[in-house]
Amino acid sequence: MCAGASWTILRDAASRLLRMWAEKAEKKKPMLYDLFIGPFAEFDFMRRALVGVVALSVSGGAIGVFLMLRRMSLTGDAMAHAILPGAAIGYLVAGFSLPAMTLGGLAAGFAVALAAGAVARVTVIKEDASLAAFYLISLALGVTIVSLRGSAVDLFHVLFGNVLALDDDVLILLSGVATLSLMTLAALYRPLVMECVDPGFLRSVSRSGGLVHLTFLGLVVLNLVAGFHALGTLLAVGLMMLPAAAARFWTADITRLILLASGFGMVAGYAGLVLSYSAGSNLPAGPAIILAAGALYLGSLLLGTQGGLARRLLPRRHLRA
Amino acid sequence: MSAIRLIDLTLGYDRHPAVHHLSGEIAAGSLTAIVGPNGAGKSTLLKGIAGALSPLDGDIALARGRRLAYLPQQAELDRSFPIHVYDLVAMGLWNCAGIFGRIGGGAAATIEAAIAAVGLAGFERRPIGALSGGQMQRALFARLLLQDADIILLDEPFTAIDARTTADLLALVQRWHGESRTVVAVLHDIETVRRAFPQTLLLARESVAWGATADVLTPANLLKARRMVEAFDSHAAPCERDAA
Repeated sequence: MCAGASWTILRDAASRLLRMWAEKAEKKKPMLYDLFIGPFAEFDFMRRALVGVVALSVSGGAIGVFLMLRRMSLTGDAMAHAILPGAAIGYLVAGFSLPAMTLGGLAAGFAVALAAGAVARVTVIKEDASLAAFYLISLALGVTIVSLRGSAVDLFHVLFGNVLALDDDVLILLSGVATLSLMTLAALYRPLVMECVDPGFLRSVSRSGGLVHLTFLGLVVLNLVAGFHALGTLLAVGLMMLPAAAARFWTADITRLILLASGFGMVAGYAGLVLSYSAGSNLPAGPAIILAAGALYLGSLLLGTQGGLARRLLPRRHLRA
Repeated sequence: MSAIRLIDLTLGYDRHPAVHHLSGEIAAGSLTAIVGPNGAGKSTLLKGIAGALSPLDGDIALARGRRLAYLPQQAELDRSFPIHVYDLVAMGLWNCAGIFGRIGGGAAATIEAAIAAVGLAGFERRPIGALSGGQMQRALFARLLLQDADIILLDEPFTAIDARTTADLLALVQRWHGESRTVVAVLHDIETVRRAFPQTLLLARESVAWGATADVLTPANLLKARRMVEAFDSHAAPCERDAA
């Protein structure tokens, strides 16, 4: 109830702000207004998409930074695929139902994360190979299950999401996940960083290492399931990894990395929506958002101050000491 | 009073013993070196005492309520992680700060003092990836300082470290000894052991000799240790010796 009420207030405030901004901008530069603000002032679904993408970026950026620093980028990708069969079973049972697909996705994500970890511990297979095996199985299984009942359009929806059709329930889920993730990350920040830098040391002073790791995996699954509703199973991980990887080219400080990654995610979300809107029906919004994030990544790779390519090609003279 | 008691201890990997039926005591406040050839089980013994490896047989008894700090030979440290020396050293305060505890003004002074004590003053804001091997070891010693442990286990702390850094870090070890902490270090340089460590355990899977350094490091004992067969016998039968 409380979440619903505050959500309504937030939404009203945002749309009022947008309208004010829009009125001001309209007087000055109609062209830019049409391109950058108009779509959001005019269409409810664009505003919803923007809010959803911003919520995803808030927590996705931080999660992505930790995934990257723990060399688990591909783990994130694999887990994104792994949630598919669960979501598909939810779809099979209840159609496009938010709770069914969310619960199914969460169950499948946790199951694969735990199973992959267990296989890596008790057999000769390493965790990456084991994850690859599980996610391939999951992806094939998920596509099969969706195809059992749904059309090609449904399949497309599941794989690539439908960011332009976010209803209130999905938005509440996305912002709830973002809030929960940020609070959990804040609580676990110290042991999480220690577990990344020096797991042996954390083990020697505390038994929390395993729990921290599991909680973090849980957050990854949770954010992927949230992302799944907006961007689909194949692209959900895009708003996590691309902004994080792009941010790494600009700073080596973990706090700034997290802030920058979240910021990049929001910029990519906004730019992708604008891009998709102005391209008409030719450019679906989900891929446009990930493409915008990809452009940010490539730009950072080229121009970044921390090991970007341009710095490499134009080396500055070394210092005296 | 003993800080660490080994009771017919067998440690190993995959049922093959790396430390075999070792019994003895490390007295509280003592400064002990563990020496022996490669594969003698020195690191394994430290891992066992630190609790990172459970015994195949026998037992390790630590004195109650003692805090233990362990510096492994190759820390699983991710040196590419974007974190400053200051924050790495601050991890040593885990025991008093924990997950939520504030690391406030007083603690900041303690951290800076520890960094200065290992000769890294001015390096606080360097990323750990920019440290040399010796500087890294200094930083890890600063973290040990903050851990304020009663029992300190060091696995080859001076390997691949230059003479000056070794001397500085050895001075810290002496300081810990002076503060009646129990220090156990795996070392390769016999001269350092003779000079700075009153007690020595000469290990070659089993104890060759254990006691005052001068009595342990005799040519006869060293020769005996060197004869140890390093490779595991993959067809070895189960050990018949009874555990205590």
